Amino acid sequence: MMTAENPYLPSPMRVEKVTVETEDRSIKTFDLSFIRKEDEQAFRYLPGQFAQLSVFGKGEAPFGIASSPTTSGLLQFSVSRIGLLTRALHQMEQGDLVGIRGPLGSSFPLQDMEGKDLLVIGGGFAFTTLRSLINYVLEKDNRGRFGKLTVVYGARTPGMLLYKDELEGWRQRNDLEFHVTVDAADDGWKGRVGVVPTAVTDIAPTADNTYAIVCGPPAMTRYTLPVLEKLHFPPERVVLSLEMKMKCGIGMCGRCNIGSRYVCRDGPVFTLAELRRLPPEY
Amino acid sequence: MRAVLLAKDQISVLLEALLQGRKLFAPVDDGGVMAFRQVGSPQEVVLDYHNSTVPPKRLFFPQSETLFRYGLEGEQLALEEPQPASGEKVLFGVRPCDARSFTLLDRVFTGGNHCDGCYQARRESYTVVGLACTHPRAECFCTSVGGGPFATAGSDVLVTDLGSDYLVEAVTDKGAALLEGLSGCREADEDSIRRRAEAQAAAEAALRGEISTEDVKRKLQEMWDDPFWDRLHEKCIGCGACTYLCPTCHCFDIVDEGSEQQGRRIKIWDSCMFPLFTLHASGHNPRPTGKERWRQRLMHKFRYWPEDHGEVGCVGCGRCVVDCPVNLDIRQVLRDVESLAKKVK
Repeated sequence: MMTAENPYLPSPMRVEKVTVETEDRSIKTFDLSFIRKEDEQAFRYLPGQFAQLSVFGKGEAPFGIASSPTTSGLLQFSVSRIGLLTRALHQMEQGDLVGIRGPLGSSFPLQDMEGKDLLVIGGGFAFTTLRSLINYVLEKDNRGRFGKLTVVYGARTPGMLLYKDELEGWRQRNDLEFHVTVDAADDGWKGRVGVVPTAVTDIAPTADNTYAIVCGPPAMTRYTLPVLEKLHFPPERVVLSLEMKMKCGIGMCGRCNIGSRYVCRDGPVFTLAELRRLPPEY
Repeated sequence: MRAVLLAKDQISVLLEALLQGRKLFAPVDDGGVMAFRQVGSPQEVVLDYHNSTVPPKRLFFPQSETLFRYGLEGEQLALEEPQPASGEKVLFGVRPCDARSFTLLDRVFTGGNHCDGCYQARRESYTVVGLACTHPRAECFCTSVGGGPFATAGSDVLVTDLGSDYLVEAVTDKGAALLEGLSGCREADEDSIRRRAEAQAAAEAALRGEISTEDVKRKLQEMWDDPFWDRLHEKCIGCGACTYLCPTCHCFDIVDEGSEQQGRRIKIWDSCMFPLFTLHASGHNPRPTGKERWRQRLMHKFRYWPEDHGEVGCVGCGRCVVDCPVNLDIRQVLRDVESLAKKVK
């Protein structure tokens, strides 16, 4: 919808809770609530979309939304401490104010995925929007719209896994097949050891009537895609989410393009078939 | 549409009329640099000029503009939006290449799913009076990129210097409204229309060396990995002058100025020729060297623009040719791509 307003005005949100996710404290999840009711009602999002978070005086940066739209009343973002803005975010505490613009970009192709089995493959910190998708699919009202749900999630070490309590809950459920793997185990780890592409090879999920949704570090994606190809996943049913340096988030500032597509405007979610039509510049 | 003739020395009558109740922006000689400035009297306006050093796009898309001011106190966030300057304005004496660039910028800032309201308000507050290019510069190539020295795209009124007098033609209703009630002029006659056509033919003839942007686009679509890119950027020092002087370049940065408690967020011109432009916080950079950045600049204007909008993202003003410190001539680059296209055939 075209709105001839100032598209750069953020809405205020309050930090309700900060959760340290990983043993190295580099990733924290922020629970944010809207200050104004009308902002909350206007913010209608789907899994896979992102938003621009503001720390006033530091600037703005894009983050995938980690919560599911089925969770009302708050938004969650899991933020890795990497640059200037994320450093400032990590110093935030309950009660602090941030700004938000969004939701922005494309969501996972939920309509196309309806009636299909889902194979969700995630690695490291890129798991955030996949977590949104998994919780969306697991919601009672949505579960029947999708077929079998298989999740393969990997991290460097057990201590680097996100959403540990939630993962435990998923393990108990019988309406999803959940595989966790770590690159390197510690003493207490009883689960699978090995990188994500190897885990996918071992599990060998069928490509029949299945969408694969892949988000992870570049190396994981690079080595997982050939595995999926071997399993006969057509590129139209392999879905990826890209990260790019962004400023405006609405297709104007000119820096997040891959070919003529803007990751902020036309993505961040693309099928592998779409990406193969674009130059390899990401 | 109304077309009138104004004796050369009567142009001040038109400018005086435009100054009544409006702000007038026109080319002035600012210490040897031609620039669009607000003028208070017709005497300041210079019309026998080639083109301004910096394009007039900054009137709609300022080099730096405040998006909002913020103030935080406890749980209260106060955001103050800038108020667009009110009142009618006239941008006078813009060359057809630059006038056309406004229509291209419109696509970016108001043509998609999101609309930049501040840009739109500024655009709507202006009536654009174009000045036909009777003597194109040696560096001009508007006819190669879909424009022309007498093209009217983006202009509400077009003024043509016919030697002894000016032909003033309304192009849009907005332009016609501007000419309403204008006295001291006579209606254009057949002779003046004939002289205008002659001047146009002469100007177009002066713009030799047509480049086929259609061939260039097709070739660019298949030369991502071509060795062509390995050498092209070697001369470039990455100063970004080409992008800052380009009337269609629209890239910008957004940064905060101030403390955590109060300050402002600004939108400020940026350039795809700078290494930091695409640098991720992680250290990854999808365009790490001049090679990728030059490829982006050329591809953006001559492949991505046509793919996205059906039009080349260049108006052929030649500023990047005139002011490149290392004489990298984009017309030569395009011809090289064109000849590569022909080689394949």
